[in-house]
Amino acid sequence: MSKFMISCDEATTISDKNQYVEATFWERIRLGFHLMMCKSCRVYDEQNVIVTKIIDQKIKDNSSEVKDLTSNEKSVIQDNIDTKL
Amino acid sequence: MASTKHNLQPEKWVDLHGDYLFHYTHSRISDREMAKDLVQETFFSALQAASNFQGKSNERTWLTAILKRKIIDYYRKINSKKGKAEVYMSFYEEGDKKGKWIEECVPQNWRNEADSTIENDELRKIIDLCIDYLPDRYAIIFKMRTLQNIQTDEICKELEISTSNLWVIIHRARMQLRQCLEENWFNK
Repeated sequence: MSKFMISCDEATTISDKNQYVEATFWERIRLGFHLMMCKSCRVYDEQNVIVTKIIDQKIKDNSSEVKDLTSNEKSVIQDNIDTKL
Repeated sequence: MASTKHNLQPEKWVDLHGDYLFHYTHSRISDREMAKDLVQETFFSALQAASNFQGKSNERTWLTAILKRKIIDYYRKINSKKGKAEVYMSFYEEGDKKGKWIEECVPQNWRNEADSTIENDELRKIIDLCIDYLPDRYAIIFKMRTLQNIQTDEICKELEISTSNLWVIIHRARMQLRQCLEENWFNK
């Protein structure tokens, strides 16, 4: 991956990596350069950020909707453990 | 915190870690009963493996590690029930156009992009559906990295794949997700 010019497939892979903050400095440089010239990948990269946001929101919503175990449920679980001790 | 480092206290597990482990599970698995079962199973497995506990990590970290495996196994199970669809390719794989977008896969402008910010039940259903629709192998790795937030090197070690392999898989999963959202939500 020493080349500076990358394909759309490679560019969008870096864009995906970037969503997890794992693209290297040089990868980001190459991506930026590619995006200047390629509208399709630019659209992909912008939408990718939105996809990430939607997923983050989904994870957050899921975790805020969690209703704790009831004390009844808890004692059942603990009882099950105790029988195996 | 107060528990001594080298000793497990199974008789206090639910009090000490029940809420934490349940929360961890249910935020990753929407089925509440299933989440509860996984927590219970985690405790059972932990009891069986208790002699392996070396006190290198604290009790909660250790239990969470066991739980993570349970969640992965669960993902595997539900995914294998769906059969093995292959992910479709968005780029030419060979020839002059290698690495270029296949015309019908080019991302379209989204008509109602603004709708992505709203807290919308409908949108959440669609994203769940789109994730569900990912083929087996892609879904497991995508979920591990994205929903469980397991670190890349940990996943690679666990599943014995290379880093570049992992990114190819996540890349294809996200390509498909994007397209799925486009077709079923943004440009519906």
